[in-house]
Amino acid sequence: MEFDTITAISTPLGEGAIAIVRISGDEAIEIADRIFKGPGRKGLLEVNSHTIHYGHLIQPKTGEIIEEVMVSVMKGPKTFTREDVVEINCHGGIVSVNRVLQLILSQGARLAEPGEFTKRAFLNGRIDLSQAEAVMDLIRAKTDKAMNVALGQMEGRLSKLIQNLRQEILQTLAQVEVNIDYPEYDDVEEMTHRLFLEKGSYVKTEIEKLLHTAQQGKILRDGLATVIIGRPNVGKSSLLNSLVHENKAIVTDIPGTTRDVIEEYVNVRGVPLKLVDTAGIRETEDIVERIGVERSRAVLKEADLILLVLNYSDDFTAEDEKLFQAVEGMDVIVIINKTDLPQKIDLAKVKENSTSHKVVSTSLLEDKGVDELEKAIASLFFEGSLETGDLTYVSNARHIALLGQALQSISDAVEAIEMGTPIDLVQIDFTKAWELLGEIIGESVQDNLINQLFSQFCLGK
Amino acid sequence: MQYEAGSYDVIVIGAGHAGSEAGLAAARVGAKTMMITINLDMVAFMPCNPSVGGPAKGIVVREIDALGGEMGKNIDKTHIQMRMLNTAKGPAVRALRAQADKFLYQQEMKKTIEDQENLTLIQGMVEELIVENDVCTGVITKTGAVYRAKTVVITTGTYLRGEIILGELKYSSGPNNQQPSIRLSEHLEQLGFDLVRFKTGTPPRVNSSSIDYSKTEIQPGDEVPRAFSYETTKFITDQLPCWLTYTNEGTHQLIDDNLHRSPMYSGMIKGTGPRYCPSIEDKVVRFNDKPRHQIFLEPEGRNTKEVYVQGLSTSLPEDVQVKILQTIPGLEKAEMMRAGYAIEYDAIVPTQLWPTLETKKIKNLYTAGQINGTSGYEEAAGQGLMAGINAGLNAIGKEELILSRSDAYIGVLIDDLVTKGTNEPYRLLTSRAEYRLLLRHDNADLRLTEIGFNIGMIKEERYNRFLLKKEAVEMEKGRLKSNFIKPTKEVQEVITASGGSELKDGIRASDLLKRPEMDYSHIQRLAPSDVELSGEVTEQVEIQIKYEGYIEKSLQQVDRLKKMENKKIPENIDYDAISGLATEARQKLKLVHPLSVAQASRISGVNPADVSILLVYLEQGKIARVSQ
Repeated sequence: MEFDTITAISTPLGEGAIAIVRISGDEAIEIADRIFKGPGRKGLLEVNSHTIHYGHLIQPKTGEIIEEVMVSVMKGPKTFTREDVVEINCHGGIVSVNRVLQLILSQGARLAEPGEFTKRAFLNGRIDLSQAEAVMDLIRAKTDKAMNVALGQMEGRLSKLIQNLRQEILQTLAQVEVNIDYPEYDDVEEMTHRLFLEKGSYVKTEIEKLLHTAQQGKILRDGLATVIIGRPNVGKSSLLNSLVHENKAIVTDIPGTTRDVIEEYVNVRGVPLKLVDTAGIRETEDIVERIGVERSRAVLKEADLILLVLNYSDDFTAEDEKLFQAVEGMDVIVIINKTDLPQKIDLAKVKENSTSHKVVSTSLLEDKGVDELEKAIASLFFEGSLETGDLTYVSNARHIALLGQALQSISDAVEAIEMGTPIDLVQIDFTKAWELLGEIIGESVQDNLINQLFSQFCLGK
Repeated sequence: MQYEAGSYDVIVIGAGHAGSEAGLAAARVGAKTMMITINLDMVAFMPCNPSVGGPAKGIVVREIDALGGEMGKNIDKTHIQMRMLNTAKGPAVRALRAQADKFLYQQEMKKTIEDQENLTLIQGMVEELIVENDVCTGVITKTGAVYRAKTVVITTGTYLRGEIILGELKYSSGPNNQQPSIRLSEHLEQLGFDLVRFKTGTPPRVNSSSIDYSKTEIQPGDEVPRAFSYETTKFITDQLPCWLTYTNEGTHQLIDDNLHRSPMYSGMIKGTGPRYCPSIEDKVVRFNDKPRHQIFLEPEGRNTKEVYVQGLSTSLPEDVQVKILQTIPGLEKAEMMRAGYAIEYDAIVPTQLWPTLETKKIKNLYTAGQINGTSGYEEAAGQGLMAGINAGLNAIGKEELILSRSDAYIGVLIDDLVTKGTNEPYRLLTSRAEYRLLLRHDNADLRLTEIGFNIGMIKEERYNRFLLKKEAVEMEKGRLKSNFIKPTKEVQEVITASGGSELKDGIRASDLLKRPEMDYSHIQRLAPSDVELSGEVTEQVEIQIKYEGYIEKSLQQVDRLKKMENKKIPENIDYDAISGLATEARQKLKLVHPLSVAQASRISGVNPADVSILLVYLEQGKIARVSQ
């Protein structure tokens, strides 16, 4: 086969019970084998073609279990693309499917372009001549649409950040290039290892931040780290249960902390939430006391979303006020619970404290207001502008993948600088990072650099 | 009156840096060749900088040598100083540069051409090509001589409708007041070629006796003997220095005050000049925050007092040039022997060429050098070599040679020209190469000798020597990979003395060599080889092992490129019949006519979706043929 190995989510994105991630190409089975652990001894490389296998996907480095799956192994040419194909059936929902996809990408498969499976099917001779035109139209249409969606998303802050970052890299590269192509030109500071390291580390941190703050990407990859806080007995547990019961939850144990922190994933109207430290809430309901504790602070710091619960039938206390102070500047939804009981809370005070926060009233006992809460969560992060359709999703995953690769390249570069590798070699990984970031916003490479070179420096005989 | 003057396999028009290589190469691959030039005293003349090499360019010279060309050998015999540049950087960007004795350089090249078997050198001005049914079959000179040929190479440099501009003065001329070639330019237009107008320039020359060198910094050559050619055994040890000085505020003020007299800004110059070779007035205007610019003083030869003032290229009026010189430390009393000038000339739009450098419009006609929109002796020579090889091979009925971007800088150069075209005189830069680490100064022979041998450019004796070197490199690499160094006291001492941390365990010699503080000399002490190895071999071993990881990465990229290079596009493809191609892509594809999908993907305006559609279309054609 002449193509590399590609992967993509093949089922429409939504809330189906299962989803299928497909891998096609020479290394499809090998990649699947590396991340699959079945009950038997046989690896996927040894099983018969066109068979299906139960097991778990694991993170090969740590052995961590990622997902429970059924895996179909089909060897070419009797497959859709005529290449080796593996289809992984996993639980539906954005979070779980994404983890599977990311795992496969991390093993060296490339995210398929729009229409690429169909294209391969054709190129490998599976689809007949009459369908060729249709395939070409498909590529055109899908690419344009994907590009539009991508561009739409790109107009925001993320795009600006990436452009700034690229400019930063470009200037550094131009300086390296000018040192190489004009060794005698003395106007420009020699790009030393120290300088290069400075720039490299800066870019690395920025990409890391970008990966961290690229909110949409983060939602899709990890879920939104959500913390429920409130005084004892305001209904945190009920809120938790309500969210979890309404929406199928996936429970993961993360060992290694003093006490296991339990994270539960729920999907609220397309927004995956990672409910943090739910065990704490269930066990003790004492999060107020633990606010002062270092670890709780850390939990709060990592949080993307705070659900702050107040008691409608109790006074607004100094403790409540402290809670508001603790979460200042964060994304907060204020929930006034227990509206089924007589009002005692001073709503003016609530309003005063939650200036920029959305306030929702609920009676969890009577299952009232939950709908409104879910809407509030969804609108807070999608702001009505982001579709959870297939294309949006693909381009997001693409951005994450590219950012991840760019981070890898820049980390390689930084590591090489620290080893004392000559700068013109370090430049290889630096350029790679620049190209990858360029792919996100669709900008070309070579000419750019040369233009930069001649506008930044006064060169020549 | 026209008369039949003779018949050849190949005719090369011009004998500059492109023409010299073209003529020699065509003759060396076995074609009966004639070179014809306007003035026999101007063979391989250096109208501008008396220097050869530098980053990227120096590697081209090595490549020319590995393919059996002449530039490397010629400069090895005639330089006044040589330096290795970028020695503090990695192996991929090291490059040699030599200052030439420009008169000796010419003489040597002329002699080599005269001595070359199969090659005739004559004086004459070609005014017309003989073209029958879009096939070129010969040339006609101003004096009416008709020469027949199977293939023709045009290497006319800046002579095509050349015009010199000096201040308010503008006159028809080739470089250095040579006769320009006007009829040929008109003739090319009549044949339907698209021409563009480019501009370049040169600085004044001053008399060495009038320079006060005590106010300048000395720039000596390297003490280590160096050579471009793999065949050179005699090294020049008696070198001349160059000198460095600077412009200052006074210089800049003077230029500013006289800008209105500059043809650049008065609108007299219309041709596009190169950004990388700006005139001093350009530098002052565009970078007005810079307090000074470097000026290198370069002797033009051993037997002349003329000194080239590098950094002061200008087309300002003569009187202003004299005053500018006087503002510069060391040049206060300088006698200007020749004024600088700008020259405008015609070049053909290079997307009209196949990657063999044959024109698409007219079969058996090739163009090379500055006429293709490049700048620089090395760029010209590299193209001249390839055009000469291909015109020669074509004439004797053999398959032509195309170097890919991963083979050589020459491949990068030609691919850029024919695929992307150029809107300014094109200069090679190392950053134009995607696989810079593979296209090194040190491995030009490993990349290209085999190719040179296969087409008859490299003699058997040299080829055998090359094979021995290659084998020695592989043997030594193999040895270091299997040799295990134990952490003995002596070993630890050598390592710590060079600034490394002690070994915890035994280590393969090759892995130890990969440490940044280690080089081959350390390994030689810790695990000596039984056989005597030349410096060339150990250098190769060191680079190949030390940078193995990076080289490996580049090779993987090349693999992907090759797959797409192997997807050929038939010559008769009808881009209008492919639905789904974007309009811009369709236009560009029709214009460039790429030979492979890889080349198509490098055209600006052809995006990945268009490439996919093209791939699908090509496959469709395949299936259609099968089903017929």
